Amino acid sequence: MENQNKLTFSRRNFIRTSALASGGLLIGFNFFNSCKDAVKPPVDISKLNFNDFNAFIKIADNGYVTIFSPNPEIGQGVKTSMPMIIAEELDVPWSHVSVEQGALDTKNFVRQVAGGSQSIRFGWDALRQTGATAKQMLVNAAAVKWGVEASTCSAKDGIIINASGEKLGYGDVVNEAAQLEIPENVTLKSPRDYKIIGKDAINVDMDKIITGKPLFGSDYVVDGMLYATVLRPPAFGQVLESFDASEAKALSGVVDVITIGEKARNYLNQDNFDPSSHWTVRLSESDKVVVLAKTTWDAIKGKKAIKAVWKDSFNEESSDVHDEVLNDLLNGNKFDTRRSDGNVKQAFANADKVIERVYESPFLPHTCMEPMNFFADITAEKVHLVGPIQTPEAAAKVVASLLNRKLDDIHIDMTRMGGGFGRRLYGDFVYEVAEIADKVKQPVKLISTREDDMATGVYRPAIKYKIAASIKDGEITGYHLKEAAVNSNMYGLIPNFFPAGAIENYQVDTANFQSKITTGAWRAPYTNFLGFAEQSFFDELADAVGKDPVQLRLDLLKNVKDGEDKSIEYSAKRMTDTIKLAAEKGNWGNPGRNKYQGFAAYYSHNTHVAEVVEISLDNSRPVIEKVTVAVDCGIVINPTGAKNQIEGGVLDGIGHAMYGDFNFKNGKPQNLNFDSYRLISIKDTPIVETFFVENDLSPTGLGEPGLPPAGGALANAIKAATDQILLKQPFIKSLKNRKTDLSV
Amino acid sequence: MANYNLKVNGKVYNVNSDDDVPLLWVLRDELNLVGTKYGCGIGLCGTCTVHINGIATRSCLLPASRLEGSEITTIEGLETDKLHPVQEAWKELDVPQCGYCQTGQIMTATSFLKQNPNPNKDEIRNAMNGNLCRCASYNRIEKAVALAAKKMS
Repeated sequence: MENQNKLTFSRRNFIRTSALASGGLLIGFNFFNSCKDAVKPPVDISKLNFNDFNAFIKIADNGYVTIFSPNPEIGQGVKTSMPMIIAEELDVPWSHVSVEQGALDTKNFVRQVAGGSQSIRFGWDALRQTGATAKQMLVNAAAVKWGVEASTCSAKDGIIINASGEKLGYGDVVNEAAQLEIPENVTLKSPRDYKIIGKDAINVDMDKIITGKPLFGSDYVVDGMLYATVLRPPAFGQVLESFDASEAKALSGVVDVITIGEKARNYLNQDNFDPSSHWTVRLSESDKVVVLAKTTWDAIKGKKAIKAVWKDSFNEESSDVHDEVLNDLLNGNKFDTRRSDGNVKQAFANADKVIERVYESPFLPHTCMEPMNFFADITAEKVHLVGPIQTPEAAAKVVASLLNRKLDDIHIDMTRMGGGFGRRLYGDFVYEVAEIADKVKQPVKLISTREDDMATGVYRPAIKYKIAASIKDGEITGYHLKEAAVNSNMYGLIPNFFPAGAIENYQVDTANFQSKITTGAWRAPYTNFLGFAEQSFFDELADAVGKDPVQLRLDLLKNVKDGEDKSIEYSAKRMTDTIKLAAEKGNWGNPGRNKYQGFAAYYSHNTHVAEVVEISLDNSRPVIEKVTVAVDCGIVINPTGAKNQIEGGVLDGIGHAMYGDFNFKNGKPQNLNFDSYRLISIKDTPIVETFFVENDLSPTGLGEPGLPPAGGALANAIKAATDQILLKQPFIKSLKNRKTDLSV
Repeated sequence: MANYNLKVNGKVYNVNSDDDVPLLWVLRDELNLVGTKYGCGIGLCGTCTVHINGIATRSCLLPASRLEGSEITTIEGLETDKLHPVQEAWKELDVPQCGYCQTGQIMTATSFLKQNPNPNKDEIRNAMNGNLCRCASYNRIEKAVALAAKKMS
């Protein structure tokens, strides 16, 4: 599996060089490898020209290196870790390297996506080869200068040395290197020679972050810019009937009040509209009222002063209705079968015992700390867009289509993002600001309040799972998982995750309820709740067959021969090693005095993770003390960044399992700010210790896979402590009942 | 409309604004001090934290027109030319992930350490509890506050 996405390409075609007028060497390369799973390179690489390169290395004549990193940074650390890979193979001291966000335009930058924990996984080969090729070019140039064979020269730490011990710095040969042929067949380093990869590197934007320099989309301003707030339908499915803007217009800071929506409708109704291009999901059919103002506060106040009438007017979508329809789906027979091994029906018919549980979750908003915002300045010459977006390429395409402009006219500059968690995959706010700026012919920044952000989300849908297992002679013989989700959730590969392959009779079915509420990817998409449900279920299965929960998983994994069934996504060996490491480091089976443990292991996003949660009880209230995490993500590029990601994912999983609760009434979101929506805070935060399985395998992503097992490990620890089985998120609701029960 | 003087980071600015404009938006939109962030607008997330007369205060609810005569410090004025020990600790421990909430975290931490220069773990957690971090960099925040206390002692 490791090399299935390895692309073979000629160095000649994927790197171009140019001498810089200011002295120094510019190396361009194509970053297409950061594309999604199973997507082919977007262009025929043999036909690339210099403009097609989306990332650059600049080596100055003093030997200092600047890497222009093209991937969006949402806090997942790729702006640090990806350049580390280049610097490693280029063999320069990390202290001589600076990193800039690539100045982006869609003509020159293709395949820039931050999502699915895939940036590092797909960048690994291309980044190493780029660094190694650049290094070989410099060595070749030095060899020419010395009049010796390149094979007698070597380079490290930015210095080239020949057989007689003469030395040249990289900066001394950059102009010569620019004139030479690009070398083929460069040698990559052995992991044991790594000097940068595997060592802690501080976030490259650190100083700007901690001193409050302008970095984020919300910090971007230009002279004469207007601030725009958008009044959208308060309930999903509503459309604007009429509005009165007279009070808003009377405010001194309000410049104008306009409506938008026509272009979005035209786009949605065009003949070749592809509904499967789900980045467009947030476009609504309704007109929206836009307040244009001199300052943020004027824009916020102006929006509050608009009196709008919305047509709907009946929307039956409330949380209790979602509950009912999902239950009906689970108990009905309108399923699509996603995977079926053996004969589940027969296994259940022959069983000594059948266990069945239903797990339930609410919708979840993303609550990025930086609310959605984007800047647009549109002239006859170009469409200039600036802001935080995880999918700039898709956004550019939609904007071109909306405004009927050439794709070449669209220029997107990406800013650092104040969190994404999946929300910034969807460019609804980019399309809106483009429509606004096109209308007002003036630079505009669309801004959102927290309430705007939470009311017009692309939520993780409400989901229910019914999981059943059959037991015969103390063995698990069948496993049947049914999913009922609002809109859609599980897809393609996920039914091939554990325990697929480990249980002879195995079936996964899904059914959906089509809602007007927009839903989409949320950190660890499709598995963020599934991981909890299955890992909680395994704890009960372990009890039912009289096995230790860790041993049960290890025994099941023995049924899987890696490589035998190509459809199986995880590696039984890697999962086994990861589970053993977590059990060892978390002291599984030996909790401290008055401590209780829970275990979970889950594979997602190409990474294997196992977690031991340890809790204590304070007057029957669970106190989460510690989470021990074992991770197999292959080679760890930047350990400090990697631990940040895992810890963030684990705490995200625990926080939302405990508190995340988002409700609808008649299509209208009910939890619009932090007074009615609780996030995990520092006082709720357990210690998290992360350990990596050591190997030389290609690196995989870390932004998401720490999350799915966390809720399950916590629920299992609470079960160990109190015998309470938690089937419904957020736990806080049922734990309250539990406390009442105990106090009786 | 109100006309008033605001003293921010030691410098006096004459501001013309509506009476009700929160300090946060005067800092960001009028004075171009964008290190102070908006997160919730109802004083519950802490990203907008500044110091008013040395005390950590949420700037998103507080009308700027009422602050004449107060000493306002933002992240930009915490130190000039070098990093504050709290910022040094943040850097050393590689605290931020997305980074958006961190200036507010740092402003809360610096004010807290002035009042309690030698805090224990529980005191740190109590003091920092009103500052949300969606990336949940909380354990490193706690360690960074402890490290900063050590640096300042």
